[in-house]
Amino acid sequence: MPPVIEITDLHRIYQTGGTPVHAVRGISLRIEQGEFVAVMGASGSGKSTLMNMLGCLDRPTRGTYRIDGTDVSSLESDALAAIRNRKIGFVFQGFNLLSRTTALENVELPMLYAHPSLSYREVRARAERCLGQVGLSDRADHVPNQLSGGQQQRVAIARALVLGPALLLADEPTGNLDTRTSIEIMGVFQQLNDAGMTVVMVTHELDVARYARRTIVMRDGRIRRDEPVTDRALAGPEIERLAAEEQAADLVA
Amino acid sequence: MKRLLSIILVAMRALRRNVLRTLLTMLGIIIGVAATIGTISIGTGARMQVEQQIATLGQNVIMVMAGNMSRGGMFSGMGGAPTLTLEDALALRNEVEGVVYMSPEVRSSVQIVAGNLNWNTTVMGVSHEYLDLRSWPLAEGEFITDDDVRANARTAILGQTTAKKLFEDSSPIGAVIRIKGVPFKVAGLLVSKGSNMMGNDQDDIVLVPYSTAMKRLFGQNFLRSVNLGAGDSSQIKEVTNQISELLRQRHRILPGRDDDFMVRTQEEIAEFATSTAKTMTALLGAIACVSLLVGGIGIMNIMLVSVTERTREIGIRLAVGARRRDILRQFLTEAVVLSLAGGLIGIAVGVGLSMALAAQFNWPTFTPTWAIVLGFLFSAAIGVFFGYYPARKAAQLDPIEALRYE
Repeated sequence: MPPVIEITDLHRIYQTGGTPVHAVRGISLRIEQGEFVAVMGASGSGKSTLMNMLGCLDRPTRGTYRIDGTDVSSLESDALAAIRNRKIGFVFQGFNLLSRTTALENVELPMLYAHPSLSYREVRARAERCLGQVGLSDRADHVPNQLSGGQQQRVAIARALVLGPALLLADEPTGNLDTRTSIEIMGVFQQLNDAGMTVVMVTHELDVARYARRTIVMRDGRIRRDEPVTDRALAGPEIERLAAEEQAADLVA
Repeated sequence: MKRLLSIILVAMRALRRNVLRTLLTMLGIIIGVAATIGTISIGTGARMQVEQQIATLGQNVIMVMAGNMSRGGMFSGMGGAPTLTLEDALALRNEVEGVVYMSPEVRSSVQIVAGNLNWNTTVMGVSHEYLDLRSWPLAEGEFITDDDVRANARTAILGQTTAKKLFEDSSPIGAVIRIKGVPFKVAGLLVSKGSNMMGNDQDDIVLVPYSTAMKRLFGQNFLRSVNLGAGDSSQIKEVTNQISELLRQRHRILPGRDDDFMVRTQEEIAEFATSTAKTMTALLGAIACVSLLVGGIGIMNIMLVSVTERTREIGIRLAVGARRRDILRQFLTEAVVLSLAGGLIGIAVGVGLSMALAAQFNWPTFTPTWAIVLGFLFSAAIGVFFGYYPARKAAQLDPIEALRYE
């Protein structure tokens, strides 16, 4: 089985204005099926640029990128769109759901662009199944502003999963969430990962990175550190611990 | 097909989100299409009415009128000059190739008496070919014959209006009427022809042989006009030229001098009659075009706003796998649905308007099917034309930038 991500000597140079900006300066990386990787780094470290390329939203200036065995380094935008559609599920910091569109329809969105097209019944069934997977079956008809932040992020995760991607790509997935909800979302990721889903997550919070199995630290466009997580946090016990702390502080009865 | 339907549904939902804005945007198209449909309806109705009236003249009719006459600074109207003679008329009939019917015309308005009733009407002297010339059948009896003309017979043919005024509901055939005191025997009754394009009642008339009219009634030896019928519409131009040539010869008009007569074909009369309607149609048509253009620009404007407002949505769609052409199609569909909806409302308003004009002011409006099809296609074309640029702009967005857009 090929690695989910295999990049070799990847560069990305932006040609905005006069001086070229070298955002990613030669990264090589392998991520196997079933890994849970946290990519960390300060702003300007190049992690967002790397993320965009991993997500096939941007193309490398130099180097090769294989996702699930397919070389996507020099694909045209339509072919990249198809890769995003089939192989990658995105989860964003700001949820990025379509407003005034129900949770179910948001989950259906990627399937509208699937080739070959799916039957209406298949689309509905898959969307319902994925919403169930994130525990939101009872909220299918709600529009985003009737849902809490955590629920919105669950809808986004369901949307990311609906076409069975090889890779779940999360960009600061807990950035807009409170502590408890963050842990819950990490719980969803861990659950998916335990079932075999490959997850790559960008975060700047060390606490959040501890839920992954492997962390990559970036600085100045290069990988500085790449090591397994030793003190891994698990969502279940963390929630219990938080509950106990809140009770002790008289926040809840 | 199913995909197209779902794209249309998505577009309609997007438009429903802001009903007022959608309606205001459509207004330009609505007015434009309604004006177009209204204009065409009024124009077509007017033209059909005039055509109907022109057709009552007969087929392929060419009119030769005597010129005007001035005496001491006083001008008579056309046909007033005593230059067109019976000999001219007969020469035109016999010498010009392609002329199949001829009827001289002398007319005057006189009092007619029948029994104890009387009526003031137009008495017109015509030839035995007059009915063929004007394609005007008899309802009853017989028409003036060649013999009647030669014998200056006192035979009269009545129009429906005249017959009604003098004989009410009984048949006038065989009765005697007095025209200027001269007794005439009524031989025939014309069918009703309605009003002509000047609005005059063509049935308010008495026809007599032209010879009788000239000698016994009006005592004149010149003609007001000569009506000629060409055998074939393709010959009209040629026949008209020959008529002019022959008359110039007979009237000894030197080259370079003006004619002392006037030749008019049915077509020219029709053109004259419809020229006002045409000007009106052109004017309204121009307004309609400007309105459609403004409507199109309105659509483009609102679509550009919409693309900017929905930048993030576009980013999301691109991220989950929409291709550029999917985005293009989505926004183009939205623009077309917008303009088509406006077009359909415009068609309804236009048809309603022309029906209202017909009902309220008795205008002869008629909405041809092609006008509705035209309105529909035109509004679709406007949607495509003015929607393309904003849609293209949406499709060209960079997904990373679009996702980051606040």
